[in-house]
Amino acid sequence: MHEKTIAQLSAGLAAGEFSSEELTRAFLERVERFNPQLNAFITVTAEAALARARAADQRRHRDEAGPLTGVPIVHKDIFCTEGVRTSCGSRMLDRFVAPYDATVVEKLNTAGAVMLGKTNMDEFAMGSSNETSLYGPVHNPWDLAMVPGGSSGGSAAAVAARLTPGATGTDTGGSIRQPAALCGITGLKPTYGRVSRWGMIAYASSLDQGGPMARSAEDCALLLGAMAGFDPRDSTSADRPVPDYTALLDRPLDGLKIGLPKEYFGEGLDGAVAQVVEEAIAEYRKLGAETVEISLPNSRLAIPAYYVIAPAECSSNLARFDGVRYGHRCENPKDLLDLYTRSRGEGFGPEVTRRILVGTFALSAGYYDAYYLKAQQIRRLISDDFQRAFQQVDVIAGPTSPTVAFKLGEKVDDPITMYLSDIYTIAVNLAGLPGLSLPVGFAAGLPVGLQLIGDYFAEDRLLHTAHRYQQATDWHLRAPAAFA
Amino acid sequence: MEWETVIGLEIHAQLATKSKIFSGASTAYGAAPNTQACAIDLGLPGVLPVLNRDAVRMAAMLGLAIGAEVARRSVFARKNYFYPDLPKGYQISQYELPVVQKGQLTIDLDDGSSKVIGITRAHLEEDAGKSLHEDFHGRSGIDLNRAGTPLLEIVSEPDMRSAKEAVAYMKKLHQLVVYLGICDGNMQEGSFRCDANVSVRPKGEPKLGTRAELKNLNSFRFVERAIEFEIERQIDLIESGGKVVQETRLYDPDKGETRSMRGKEEANDYRYFPDPDLLPLVLDDAFIDAARAALPELPDVKKQRFTAQYGLSAYDAGVLTTSRGLADHYEATVAALGGEPKLCANWVMGDFSAFLNKDNRDIADSPVSATQLAGLLRRIQDRTISGKIAKEVFEAMWAGEGDADAIIEKRGLRQITDTSAIEKVIDDVIAANPEQLAQYRAGKDKLFGFFVGQVMKLSKGKANPQQVNDLLMEKLKA
Repeated sequence: MHEKTIAQLSAGLAAGEFSSEELTRAFLERVERFNPQLNAFITVTAEAALARARAADQRRHRDEAGPLTGVPIVHKDIFCTEGVRTSCGSRMLDRFVAPYDATVVEKLNTAGAVMLGKTNMDEFAMGSSNETSLYGPVHNPWDLAMVPGGSSGGSAAAVAARLTPGATGTDTGGSIRQPAALCGITGLKPTYGRVSRWGMIAYASSLDQGGPMARSAEDCALLLGAMAGFDPRDSTSADRPVPDYTALLDRPLDGLKIGLPKEYFGEGLDGAVAQVVEEAIAEYRKLGAETVEISLPNSRLAIPAYYVIAPAECSSNLARFDGVRYGHRCENPKDLLDLYTRSRGEGFGPEVTRRILVGTFALSAGYYDAYYLKAQQIRRLISDDFQRAFQQVDVIAGPTSPTVAFKLGEKVDDPITMYLSDIYTIAVNLAGLPGLSLPVGFAAGLPVGLQLIGDYFAEDRLLHTAHRYQQATDWHLRAPAAFA
Repeated sequence: MEWETVIGLEIHAQLATKSKIFSGASTAYGAAPNTQACAIDLGLPGVLPVLNRDAVRMAAMLGLAIGAEVARRSVFARKNYFYPDLPKGYQISQYELPVVQKGQLTIDLDDGSSKVIGITRAHLEEDAGKSLHEDFHGRSGIDLNRAGTPLLEIVSEPDMRSAKEAVAYMKKLHQLVVYLGICDGNMQEGSFRCDANVSVRPKGEPKLGTRAELKNLNSFRFVERAIEFEIERQIDLIESGGKVVQETRLYDPDKGETRSMRGKEEANDYRYFPDPDLLPLVLDDAFIDAARAALPELPDVKKQRFTAQYGLSAYDAGVLTTSRGLADHYEATVAALGGEPKLCANWVMGDFSAFLNKDNRDIADSPVSATQLAGLLRRIQDRTISGKIAKEVFEAMWAGEGDADAIIEKRGLRQITDTSAIEKVIDDVIAANPEQLAQYRAGKDKLFGFFVGQVMKLSKGKANPQQVNDLLMEKLKA
């Protein structure tokens, strides 16, 4: 059963081939068996999952089941889940039990999906290798010595190792797409505002966006259909209808114009990765798409702008973790300042601390104009680059990440190199556009992801573009041998 | 040397919305600690703010009432600082683009002149919670009920030149926000709070002196006293060779002094930046027009109308328009009586207001309605009772004994206007006081008052005073 996609499981459940309880039990057994090698989960909610699975089966008996009813999923531990620990991968929230559900969690619950547990992640979603988690690194199922990418590394590894058919993730600078690429799965970061941020612990509010991670584009379409939509509790959520993403998947690609930004194929891109990406693009041409070279001239400014804006917002967003009302509090504080400095010093790891300090500096009097304001201007330039490109092409394609998965520990002490692994994904967040990563082959035995970037609210086009490729190829069906 | 004082005020008016500015929790005052703080107010992980439309409407109403520009686009910003009663570690406020920009308010000065005070801006923001340092055995308690309560911070230009002007401005603004129904104006509960920026400079000097910001001024009296103390402190300091430093000073009402709270170097760098959780606030014509349509008649306009329509003096019109409640009560009384605006004014400003004050009652809880008051005044008008008896009747009405007519009947207070009946009383009085009569007739005119008094006493005050006068004058002559 674990080899099936969500679409197949959904059909199996509908046909009565197996019950949700059987399915859930099968996946829980795999979690128990394989998670110790992967460390993809922070919390497994086996009993609650089985109860939910039984409820889903009853719902099916009442003929009230939808496509996701009874389908197991996992949530990145950044989404608040009522009554369940929501740690954000941090000592700060190690013992924090959320008193409410995030909108994404609530919507998937309503759809009848069965949560197996909460997945590991970089602390407060800050990282590209899942090594900053309090709970230790996640291992890449394709090679346990390698990182799974981050920050949604636990979700990516769990899907790749078939411990769950689908997962939620969040993406602030590439945190869905980059681990999806490094683990050989499909992941979608929707347009900013498409998925509610209510209950999703904020890293950088103007960039954060939740999205689906699964094996195929079709599965992502099913998940996104349930996750997306206007939420009156999130002032930045978009008040526009959610299309049926699965209805549009099968259109042919004839006449599709794919833009290839020359900046995404230059210096810094691993040769083997480039070759795999070129092959994927050749496949698209075979499928009827037309490709044109385009330019996104301000691409090189994306990382510096991001590392001003994201830390600035995070320095403010994480101020609430002060040891006063909830979360980690130091022992025997001697006064207020001691309470603040020790609670925060002990509660946050080094990468989170680094970003808080950088952001605090960038917003300080005398530096604001030079850093924050300048970064916002760059952000506008980057958005304009994309808008110019979309006058010419329907989607933009390129590598998701400049390299395949790297070794655990390899870049931990070199934040700048680590930051560069998001070089192709970050601009998409700055512009607020949707981006998707799909597996398109292997380099040195490790998966390579192709990134597709669409115009605002063109999730349907991205999913359809990825789906047609997946109909013609089988890279997304490959499983790591140890977890097949 | 002659000194000039320069004062600017920052006033925080708590907006009278039902729920908080960014959450659905209630804003009602006085609930048990932390019972009116929801997940958003507590700053739990993952929560997001949603702006209360009513708070924006109220801000727009103030803007329109002070002739300001209501910004079509304004921006919420985060003011970052750590404090235990500030749950998110930042306050959502407005910084570069406030919702109300450039207005003014005209104040009346003691010498009868008036002065225009500029209002730089008014912006929306959320209140913090409260730290409680008593009753926790050396620890502090935090009550977050107030966290997220909507505030409108109204910042004046440094246009005031004395403590009296500052108080006049503050009172005028207080009257306005209460009139508009956007603030309950309750200063004890902190619904209307004031910080004052005070500096002095040699008269004629165009440059502003270094200012001190005074905090904790939660009554009109404290504002006046604190500013006066501060002016004197600054002048003494400069005259004795010192220099005023820019700092925040706390007013101690018990000692009647201000003392340093924190200096400029200790001031926070608030690291303001636009709040990414909230879109810019965009107001369209329809919204602003609706706010304009909801404006009541403003105090100055009402005052002018009262002088024109009712023929009242500027002073009377001013007193009667102090609050909307009082003005409404007055107008309802005039309408019920069908005229006599001066008589109504005297009673509303006189006994009616005095009784309200004595009982410390709000006009909405007055035991005597406008219709009832008019019923009493009608009996003065038609001479059923005298003005003096009316005071007795009013007191009984206040005590809940019923309408004026019922009380007059029950107590037999109807005025005696029958000439023969009054004559009979006069005859009795004269007969009982032969000695005084003799003295009066011998030229001691002052005794006339004695006889009036005796007649009124014997008639239990019911004899018509004018008739008593006329008849007595005649009888005593004979």
